[in-house]
Amino acid sequence: MAVMVGKGAMTNSIEELAGTDLLLVVGSNTTEAHPVISLRMKRAVRNGAKLIVIDPRKIELTKWATRHLQINIGTDIPLFNAFAHVMIKEGLYDREYVEHRTEGFDELAKHVEFYTPEYAAEICGVPAEDIIATAREYAAASGKAAICYTLGITEHSCGSHNVQSVANLGMLGGNFGKPNAGVNPLRGQNNVQGASDSGALPTDLPGYQKVERPGVREKFEKAWDAELPTRRGITKITAMDQMLRGKVKAAYIMGENTVISDPNTNHAQAALEATDFIVVQDIFMTDTAKLADVVLPAASFAESDGTFANSERRIQRVRPAIKPVGESRTDVDILLDLMDRFGVVQDLHSSSDVWDEMRQLAPIFTGITYDRLDSEGGLQWPCPTEDHPGTQFLHEDEMDSGMPGYFAPVDHIPPAEPTDSEYPLILTTGRRRSTYHTGTQTGRATGFELLVPSELAEIHPYDAEQLELIDGQKVTVSSRRGSVEVPIKVTERSPHGTIFMSFAFPELTQTNRLTSDAYDFITETPEFKACAIRIDKIEAHSPVAD
Amino acid sequence: MTTPVQNRLNVEVNGIAIDCGTDARVLDAIRSAGFDVPTLCYDERSGPQGTCRMCLVDVEVNGQMQQVAACTAFASEEMRVETHSDSITDYRKTILEMLLSETSSPTNCPKCVSFKKCELHTAAEEYDAKWDAFPSLVVREKAKDDNPFIQRDYDYCISCFRCTNICNDWEQAGAIAIEGRGQENTIASFFNNNLLESPCTFCGQCINTCPTGALTDKKIVGTTKAEDLERTKSICPYCGVGCGIHLLTENGQLKGTEPDFDAPSRGSLCVKGQFASWEFVKSDERLKYPLIKENGSFRRASWDEALDLVTERFTAIRDDSGPDSLVCWSSARTVTEANYLMQKFARIGIGTNNIDNCSRT
Repeated sequence: MAVMVGKGAMTNSIEELAGTDLLLVVGSNTTEAHPVISLRMKRAVRNGAKLIVIDPRKIELTKWATRHLQINIGTDIPLFNAFAHVMIKEGLYDREYVEHRTEGFDELAKHVEFYTPEYAAEICGVPAEDIIATAREYAAASGKAAICYTLGITEHSCGSHNVQSVANLGMLGGNFGKPNAGVNPLRGQNNVQGASDSGALPTDLPGYQKVERPGVREKFEKAWDAELPTRRGITKITAMDQMLRGKVKAAYIMGENTVISDPNTNHAQAALEATDFIVVQDIFMTDTAKLADVVLPAASFAESDGTFANSERRIQRVRPAIKPVGESRTDVDILLDLMDRFGVVQDLHSSSDVWDEMRQLAPIFTGITYDRLDSEGGLQWPCPTEDHPGTQFLHEDEMDSGMPGYFAPVDHIPPAEPTDSEYPLILTTGRRRSTYHTGTQTGRATGFELLVPSELAEIHPYDAEQLELIDGQKVTVSSRRGSVEVPIKVTERSPHGTIFMSFAFPELTQTNRLTSDAYDFITETPEFKACAIRIDKIEAHSPVAD
Repeated sequence: MTTPVQNRLNVEVNGIAIDCGTDARVLDAIRSAGFDVPTLCYDERSGPQGTCRMCLVDVEVNGQMQQVAACTAFASEEMRVETHSDSITDYRKTILEMLLSETSSPTNCPKCVSFKKCELHTAAEEYDAKWDAFPSLVVREKAKDDNPFIQRDYDYCISCFRCTNICNDWEQAGAIAIEGRGQENTIASFFNNNLLESPCTFCGQCINTCPTGALTDKKIVGTTKAEDLERTKSICPYCGVGCGIHLLTENGQLKGTEPDFDAPSRGSLCVKGQFASWEFVKSDERLKYPLIKENGSFRRASWDEALDLVTERFTAIRDDSGPDSLVCWSSARTVTEANYLMQKFARIGIGTNNIDNCSRT
C-alpha cells in the first residue's frame, strides 16, 4: 500500500469503524485475531451498517454479516478487479475523487475490462450476482465505506498485489481521506507498527525515510556523527537463504521465535544452524534461543519503559511496574551497553532520551513527547509539531505521500503450491482468540488449556467423511516439507478441501513444519495462507493408543 | 432567511453554568460541571438503562420542576439541575439501604477486599447508608460454575444487569441472560450450562462493569489486599489493537492486570488481555542470567562476559567478511525505543542496513 498512497498503516481509526455505512472485511478473522476491533464492527452493524465478509472460511464474524463471499483461497485479486469492473462499467465510482486525487485510472479501467463478474465468479467460486451486488453497495456507501484486512490478504505470494487491488477499490469509492472510511490493515502484534515506524527495516530509516533517497542518509549521518551504509539491506527471508549459502555468518535476534513463527520450520532451523554466531535476546528459552551461541535475558513489557504503536498509528506509553526479574535487563538497556562497546558515542541513558532523539529525526513523530503521552494519553502519527493534535485519519487534503494515489493494475496469481493427487488438500493457517502466535505467553496462562487444549486441524464434514475420519481423531498432516500429528475438528467453518490450523502449540504440533517457503516477491511476506497437504490416518497399534 | 443552528445547550448544574452538546444527557452535563451522582446500572458503552434510580436528580425547565434519571434524560436549553437536594439525598440513602439488605456484609465484599472499593459500597459510604437498616433478605448462593476465570457471588448481586447488558449489547456474545424474576432472578447462561459450555469468550467485561463484588477475576481475588495494591498504566502485550491495561502490583510483586477505562480502548479487553497478560511475566521459565554455549550446552555467564563475546565475535566476522555478512532482526514485541536502537546499532555499530523485524510473520 505504501507504493500507492504513502505509508502502510491503518488510514483511519478503530473507533471510526462503528460509524461506517458499509464495512468490507477481507482476510481478517477479526473476532478471533482482533476481538476488540470486532466490537466496533458489531456496533456498526447494530447502527445499521452493511457488513460484507470475504473469507474462504465461515468465520464467526459471518454471523453479523449481510453477505459472506466464501471465495476460494488466494483469489482476492480477480474478486477486487471484478468489483472495480462493475463500478467502472456502471459509472458508480467517485468521479470527482478519481479526477482530482488519483492517477492511472484509464489504465486500470482498461485492465479490469477483462475481469467480468462472471469470469471472476468462476475463479473465486462465488455467484456473479453477489459480486455485482457488493460492488454496487460499496459504491453506494461512497465516502463512508471502510475496508479492513489482515494477514489473509498479505500472507500470500501475491500479497502486495492483493493489497494493491484492495487499495484500487478504496480509491474508486473515494474512501481515502474521510472519516469512517479508508483502507485499514489490522496489525497482528502489539508493536509491529512501532518496529516498522522506528526504522527496523532494510529499506527505511526511522519514520519511513528511505535509505536510498538523496538527502536522507546525510541527515542521519550528521545527527549520528557517523557514516551510514549506502545500499539497502536484506530482509529476513533473504537472509535465511544467504545463511544457507554461507554469505550471512552472524545474526542478532531480539524477541522473536523465528524457528516456530517462520514458514517451513526445517528450513529456518537449518539456516540458523548454518550460521557461525547467533545472539538471541529474549524472555524465554525459545526454540530459536536454543540454537544461539549467546542468550541474553531480556525484561518483559511489565518491566520496561517506552512506547508501543498500535494499528491505528497511536503511540501509547508502556511503564515498568516491577523490576526486571533475576539479572535480566531491558532491551533498551542492553542495546545501549552494546553500542557503547562498539564505540558508538551517544548521550542516551533512558527510553525517554531515545524517543527524543528519534522524534527529532522523524518528522511524523516530532510533536509527540513523553509529557504529552502522559497527560493526553495516546497520540496518532503523523504529529509534526507539539501543538498538533495527532492524525485521526490519513490523506485528508492530499495523499500522505504528497503525490496522487496511483491505481495499480494487477492480475490474478494463484498460490505458489497448487494441490495435486499426492497433496490434494489446502492448509491455511491463522489464529485463535485464546492463543497467541507461538504460544510462549498464552501457553503460560492458567486455565487457557480449557479453552483450546491443543492444536486442532479444522476440516469440513464432507472431507472428513471422504477420509473416513471422526471428530477428535488423531491424523498425520503432511506437506512436501514435513509432517505433524494432530487431532481433527470436524466443522463447517472450513470449506471443502481446506484445513485450518494455528501455530500456538509448538511443543506438540509445529504447524510451520508444513508451510511453504513461497513468499511475496515485493515485501517477502511468506505465503502462510496456502500450501498443499495430505491427511493420513494413524493406524492404532493398540485400542488404547492416544 | 435561515434559522440559526443551535449546537450548544446552556445548562446550570448546582448553580454552575455550563454548555453541552445537543445530544448530551443530564448525566453528561452533571459530570462536565464537575459533580457526580451514583450510577449503579450505567455503563457508557452499553448505554443508559434507568433501572437503579440512583441518578435521580431534580430538574427545572421553563419553571416546571420534575425528577428525572440523569442517565436516560436528555439535557435541554436553560435546564437547571440540582443533584443533591435533601429529599433526593434521603431517597438515595433509602435505595442504597434496600440494596444492601439484599447483599452480604460489606466487610467481606470480594471486590472491596481484593481490588478497590466497589461502586455500591462507595455510594453506601458517601450516603451513610447502613447495611442493617432493613431486615436482611435471604442472600443467594455463590454460582456453581467451575470455570477458572470468572467468580460470581450472588450474595453481592444487586440485579443491576450491567453484566448481561455488556455481554449482549456491547460484546454481542450472548453468553448470559437474566433468568427468573424479582428477588428470585439469577444470571445464567442458556439452559444453565457452565460458562465453559456457553458462547462466553471470557473477555471479562462482565467483571469489569460489575458495580459490586458479585463478579471478580477468579485468578486474582483473594490473593491481594486492596489497600496495598498499586496500579501502573500500560498497554496489553498481545495484538495490534493496543488496549489500555493497569498492571497490579503489591510490594513490588506483579499480581495481575485490569483494564484501563481512560484509554482509547474504553476498558475493552479480550480473553488474552484480561486473563493471560501477566502470568508469563512471573513464569519460573523466564531467563534470569546471560548464557554462553560451550561444547553444545549453555553455561551461566556475566553480562560483561556475554557482551564482550558478542562484541568480539561480531567485530571479527565484520572484519573478515564485511558488515553485510551480519544481520539484526528486531522485534514487534518490544518497545519502539529498543527497535530504534537496534536499527541504529545495525547501521552505525556494525555498518549494515541488514535490519528487519518480524512484521512479515
